[in-house]
Order: sequence, then C-alpha cells, then structure tokens
Amino acid sequence: MKKEIVVKEKASNQKEGKRGTKPHGLVPCLLLGVGVLFFLIMLVFPLAEVIYRSLKEGLEVYGAAIMAENTLSALKVTLIATIIAVLVNTFFGLCASWCLTKFDFRGKNILSTLIDIPFSVSPVIAGLAYLMVFGRMGWATPYVEKINEFLGTDIALVFSVPGVVLATIFVTFPFVSRELIPVMQAQGTAEEEAAVMLGAKGSTVFRKVTFPHIKWALLYGIILCAARAFGEFGAVYAVSKARGKTFTLPLEVDALYMAGSAESITQAFAVSSLLVLLSIIILVLKQIVEYRGKREL
Amino acid sequence: MYVEMKHINKNFGDFEAAKDIDFGIEQGKLVALLGPSGSGKTTILRMIAGLETQDSGDVVIEGEVVNDIPAGKRGIGFVFQNYALFRYMTVWENIAFGLRVKKTSKKEINKRVKELVQLVGLEGMEKRYPDQLSGGQRQRVAFARALAPSPQLLLLDEPFAAIDAKVRKELRDWLKKMIAKVGITSIFVTHDQDEAVEVADEIIIINEGKLEQMGTPVEIYKRPKTSFVSQFIGTSSVIDSFAGFKGFDEIKENSQVIIRPEFVEVFKSDNEKFKSLLPASEEGVITEISFRGSYLELTLEVNGVSITANRSLERRSVEIGERMHVLLYRVYLLEEDDARLYKNSLLKGVDVEAL
Amino acid sequence: MAKKQKSKRVLPGFGLTMGISVAMFSLLIFIPLASILIYSFRMSFGEFLELITRSNVCQAFATSITCAFIASVINCIFGLILAWVLVRYNFPGKRLMDGMIELPFAIPTSVAGITLSKMYSDQGFFGSLLEKVGIKASYSKVGIVIALVFVGIPFVVRALQPVLEKLPESYEEASEILGASRFYTFRRVILPELTPALLAGFGLALARGIGEYGSVIYISGNSEREGTQMVSYVIMQKLNSGRVDHEGAAAIALVLLLISFLLLFIVNMVQVIAGRRTKR
Repeated sequence: MKKEIVVKEKASNQKEGKRGTKPHGLVPCLLLGVGVLFFLIMLVFPLAEVIYRSLKEGLEVYGAAIMAENTLSALKVTLIATIIAVLVNTFFGLCASWCLTKFDFRGKNILSTLIDIPFSVSPVIAGLAYLMVFGRMGWATPYVEKINEFLGTDIALVFSVPGVVLATIFVTFPFVSRELIPVMQAQGTAEEEAAVMLGAKGSTVFRKVTFPHIKWALLYGIILCAARAFGEFGAVYAVSKARGKTFTLPLEVDALYMAGSAESITQAFAVSSLLVLLSIIILVLKQIVEYRGKREL
Repeated sequence: MYVEMKHINKNFGDFEAAKDIDFGIEQGKLVALLGPSGSGKTTILRMIAGLETQDSGDVVIEGEVVNDIPAGKRGIGFVFQNYALFRYMTVWENIAFGLRVKKTSKKEINKRVKELVQLVGLEGMEKRYPDQLSGGQRQRVAFARALAPSPQLLLLDEPFAAIDAKVRKELRDWLKKMIAKVGITSIFVTHDQDEAVEVADEIIIINEGKLEQMGTPVEIYKRPKTSFVSQFIGTSSVIDSFAGFKGFDEIKENSQVIIRPEFVEVFKSDNEKFKSLLPASEEGVITEISFRGSYLELTLEVNGVSITANRSLERRSVEIGERMHVLLYRVYLLEEDDARLYKNSLLKGVDVEAL
Repeated sequence: MAKKQKSKRVLPGFGLTMGISVAMFSLLIFIPLASILIYSFRMSFGEFLELITRSNVCQAFATSITCAFIASVINCIFGLILAWVLVRYNFPGKRLMDGMIELPFAIPTSVAGITLSKMYSDQGFFGSLLEKVGIKASYSKVGIVIALVFVGIPFVVRALQPVLEKLPESYEEASEILGASRFYTFRRVILPELTPALLAGFGLALARGIGEYGSVIYISGNSEREGTQMVSYVIMQKLNSGRVDHEGAAAIALVLLLISFLLLFIVNMVQVIAGRRTKR
C-alpha cells in the first residue's frame, strides 16, 4: 500500500500557463512588430478605408445609398440565400458527420475528401456548373420546362433567386460538416453505444448524447457558413443578372462601383460598410462561440 | 559539495513552489528528489538546469554561482519526463544533436554517437524514428542524447513515469547501473517512494515547496524527522488517539502516533517463544484478514484502536474474532510537524533482536 | 476458410444519413461539376485544345498560378510570424487580433476587392506611397498579389496555430539545454514540426488564390495586354460578354478544376510524406 498524499495539482500544470509570455529581447519584439504591422496594413486599414470612403459625401448620401430600393431588394435576397444555405448545409453537415464518424465503411476516406471539394473550386466554376445544368443550354433545362408546364408554374433555376440560393449552397457546402467531423471523431462512439445498450432510440441518442458534445462546433460551423454565404460574389455573379430582383448585396456593391461615377462609388462603399458591419458581427459571434466552446471542454 | 542550492525561493503567482530550499550534493552521487505531485520537486530540478529562474537564492555548480548562465551553457544533461525526443530526427540524429550544435567535427560525432549507442544497447536502431521505439528504448535514446555532450551533471525528470509498470523495474536497475558506469553526478525527480529507495544513494524529500528531510534511504526510513516523512515513506497507519498502551506511559493521552506493520508483533497466548514478552503486550481481537500474496495482513482491535500487522504464512493460522496478543516495539509520535521515535519501555533489557 | 461475417452496426441511422449525404452531395455538387465535363466533351479534342491554348487563356493561367504562388509564399512567411506571435506572446489587443485574422473569410470578396483597389490606386493611401518608389500597385500583378495575400492569410495562420499550441515546451527546452541557439532550435526542431501544417495552409491559400474572383477583379485591371487577367475573369467574361461562349467557359473551367485537384493531391501527398518521415 502506497501512501498517496494529494496536494494541489498545480505546480506541474503551472508551466502550461506560461504559454504566452511577454515578449522579451530583440527577436520577439521584432517578430511582434512585424506581425502587428502586417496585421494593420493588410486587415485593419482596409476596414478604415471602407468607413472613410462610405462617409466621404456625408451622412445623407450614405443614408440614401443604404435605403435605396436596389439595396433593400439585395438585402432581402442576401438574407433569403443565407438562411436557406445555412439550413441546407446544417442538415447535410449533421448527416454527413454522423455517417462519417460513427461508422466504418469502404470509401469513407474518399467521401470525406469529396465533401471538401467546394473549398478548392473557384466560385466562378460553381456558378458555371449550375449554368451547365439549368442554363439556356443546360441538359436539365428541358426537364425543368416540362415540370413547369405540368405544374403550370414558371420556376427558373438560374438567373433567379433559386439560382442564387443554389450557388450559395454550393460554395458553403462543407462548412458545417468540416467543423463537426473532427469533434465527433474525437468523441468516439462509446457513449452512443452505451445509450443504445440502455435502450435509447436513434433520435434520443442524438439529442441527449451526441448533441451536447457538438453544439458549439455546430454553432461555429453555422456561423462560418453564414459568413461565407452572405458574402459570396463570384458564384452568385454567374447566375444572377437582374439588378433589383436577384442581386445580392455583394453584387449590388459591384454594380454601384462599376457604374464609375464618384457618387456611385461612394454609394458602393456605403453598401460595403453595411456588409463590413455584418462581417464584424459574425466575427464577434464566432469569437464568443469559440471561447465558450473551449471553456466547456 | 558539487551542486548546491542556497536559500532558493520561487513563486508562481501566489503558489509557492520553493520555500528556502537549501541543500548540497556530493560529486558522483545519485540523488532522488522525492515528493507528492505538486510538491515543487520538478521546479527545483528545472532551476538547477536553468530552465526556470529562482526568485531569490543561488544555484552553485562546482563552486561557481550559475544564476546567470543560460541552460545550454551549464554543462548539464537533462532527461525530460516524456523524453521530448525530436520526432523528425532519427535515433542517431537525436543523439548527435548536442554535438552538432557545438560544431564538433563529423568524425568525432560519429565516434561519440557510436559509443553511446553501444552503451545504451541500441545497436542497429540508429536509423529509426522515435515513434518506432518502445517506451524503454525511447528512454535509452533520451539518456544517450543527454550524455552525448559529456555533461558533468545529469538531471532526470520522472524518468520512469512514461513506462509500463512491468518494464519499469527492469529499467530502474538498468539506469542505476548505467549511471554508475558513467560515473556522473545525477539527480532524478520521482513521486514513487519505491523508486527512490531502490535507485538513489540519497533522497531529498520535498513537500509543499519545503525540504522535509535529506539522507540515505535507510536513514530516512529509520529516522523520519517530520510528520510528513514518517507518513510518506513506508507503509504506515496513523492513530489519532493513542492511549493506554503498555510500555508507552511517556506518551500523553490522545496523542497522534504512527505505527508501521513491522513495529507490531502478533502472537497467540500459548506461544512459548514470546512468553517473556507477555507483560509488555496488549490483547486484541482480529477484525480483518487479507491475503497479500506472500503474507497475511491482519487488522486488530486493540484498546479501542485498530492496528495493522503482517503475519508470515509459515506461522499458525488465525481467524477473524480470535484473541491475540499484540506487542508494539515502537511508534512515531507526531507533534505538530515533527516525528519522534518512542520505544516500548518494558522491552528494556530484553534482547528483541534475538527473536 | 470461414466466411467473414458481416459486422452489425450498433448505432442507428447509418443507411439514412449515408443516403442523404450521398444524395445531397451528388445533386448539389457532383452532378453540376460533372456537367462541366460533359459540356466540354461536346467539343472535339482539337476544338478544346484550340480554345485553351489561345494566348489570352494561357496568359491568364500563368498569371493566376504565379500570382497565387507568390501570394501563398508571402502568406507562409507572415502567417508563421502571426501565428507565432499569437500563440507565444501576450500583448494588449491580442484577442482582437486573433479574431480579426479571419476577417478575409467573413468580408465579402467584392467589398475587399473595391477597397483594396482604391487603397492601392495612385490616388489611394498606399498606392501613392508605392508610386513614389516606382511601384504601380493597383491594375498590375502587384495588385493581384496584394489581393491574394489578403484572402489567403487566414488559411496559413489557422493551420499553424493549433500545431504551435500543442508543441510541447520540453522540445525547445531539450534543444536549449543541449546548447542550441534559438534560431538553430527554430530551424531544426520547431520548423520540421510545423511543416505539414504549413504545407496544408499553403495549399489551401494557393487553391483559393488560383480560382479567386471577387477580390481580384477590381485591383487587377483585367488588361489582356498587361497580362493581368485571372482565369476566373476570363471564364466570367465568356458568360457575360455580348456573345456568350459556354463551350469556351466550360473548357477553361475544366482545366482550372483539374489544376485545383492536382494541387490538392500534391499537397496531400507531400503532407503524407512529411508525416510519414517520423515512422516508416
């Protein structure tokens, strides 16, 4: 029998807290200086530039630009596309991460690699791909027309709001699953198996056992997905042509900027400032979720 | 003294890791820093190495104050708790690292690494990466890497903590032999008293940042100076209200004492051998018998306290509820932080050792 | 030989989730992408070759790849410094900086594009400064690189941060106590540990950069003569200009897709090899 005398488990953990010391000496200060300088030039100044340019012509022009009909319509389309993309991709993310982390099957690695494809594909290609399917010369266009005839509807899948939604879904497709998979992988299957042994049903297992583990990662993925969704430009640009109808905010910025007059450029920056605000809100949310998630681990 | 710590203090925030630590170690000795986890022993080792800086006090190596000498220049070999082998280097490269840094010639590096690989018995594994080695082999590499630049002092942080219990004992003997062979002054940190007792020439016991006692394993076992040491070393049970035992009249009622199983003799009343000791013994009832592999552990109720004793399997069998005679040879009396040894006064003149 | 028994799955929902995942992936990602391939095959090989070897297309590929490569190298250097600073040092504003690193992910590319374009134009703040030392930033390849550095920096920083955080301190201490200098320790001990993550970040930034559209088109100037057209711009032009050219767009997109996949494959391979170096 050995005597275990328990004293504060502190000293050995003390060192880990040492991570992140005050920079001492020439090299650390230099590194910090270079880092901060790069950070300011590349990330902070552009933000300041947007604000400065948007307010150049005074608050009145700013207000008018934001309240313009086109802007409001773009805001509406942006919100619709973002919300649907988040819902669809969250659903996909949950399904994909469940089957990829809780089971073993052949082709698992291939599937998990394939899911990440939209990350490495140019957004322009995403837009183009939908044009190839549903566009004027797309192979699915005749079928869509037949369905429309049959139902008496007039649904178009490109150059329309559904097209914008589809393009947005494409570029944000893996965001949620990518955040969930590592967390669910690390958690393993033991707890779920225990729950099944105790007679729990699938939905109960998910709600009571899995969900508490992944809720922060899920929220994190949703936030990233939303951030990318409302800001997508290239993919949406390819499938959206009607300003004031199917334009999203980033497209509206482009249209205003490309109009070229000093006034419209200021308006472009005014609308941009709205998007910047949205991005900052997203970043703050992300930071909060990250912090809470880490604290709970 | 080869290594000296002089009035060392160290705080981490409001946590005191070292309180006026003061000791010296002779050249060629193998010393254990022993203490429970969180006692500050690793911090002391790291301060000797220069990986941590003390708030006050001096670290002296070979008569020279090394406070301002960086870790890399103190001539110390260090074996880390998880060995910290460089994962992207082979065994050979790991061992050669300290020599390459010193711009040693290629020829000499080759010679020295070869020598060390042979010493630690890893011939043929030079090209392997740490991930391909067993725990014991990794320890050997870490040991060889620390020795490569021919340090004058070797420090080891929990050298056996990352190894399976089975192999641990074997490695202890190996390390002890190796260190003796190399003849290097060594200090190792451990929380395992068996390890300290078996491997070290001298033990320094640390608790809550304080040095409790320093001495050879036998000294520490036989003469614990403090309450902490008397409980930490060996198997012991604490009795909170010790009173009315024959032969211990000097101990005040309701004192706190420590009794180790080997301080206790249990015998049946018809045992001829112990007849002379009957007046010095108490009567007790067996309440529990556990088989411990090579002996029995008995728990007895004596004078209202329960006392643990060991009994050889060669002796007559006993059963629960049986009345036995219980003789206490000695106890440690705990007074505040100190431990004092009391012998059974009725045994004066009796040749106990002849029994 | 005993027939291998099919292992039973204890947890429910395999078929359902698998089916949904595969169906959604096929419908939303795979079939549209495959359509590009199908579309390209409507052309003969000669037509295809003629389309993608036109001088403006080749030039666009060269511009996209070289600019993205340079930007990714720059991002590796500064990303390493930023990650190091964020993990190792404490300084006021650290959390703000940490959060802002992802700004390029969150900000719409068109907003970033017009902003950078104005900042680095000869009337902008940085543009006029650079003009004085004889560098034309906006409407040149320099501008493209700047925009790609902007969009790529979070990839590198975010790939490195967790690895740096997990790196045990005893590694550096072991090197230090063996007498190595800080720089030697960094080069020989820390950098090999970071290499796989650095490569991953590099690959992601590169893949993103090659296909980038929104943030680049304003700052690049899109001049065929100056070779500042990006591939994505050329594709978009074929969809937008008076005479829509779907075949051309599909052919170029197919090549761009193949390059992206090849790149991803190479980066994965290098990562695997780098990771395998620790155990053979």
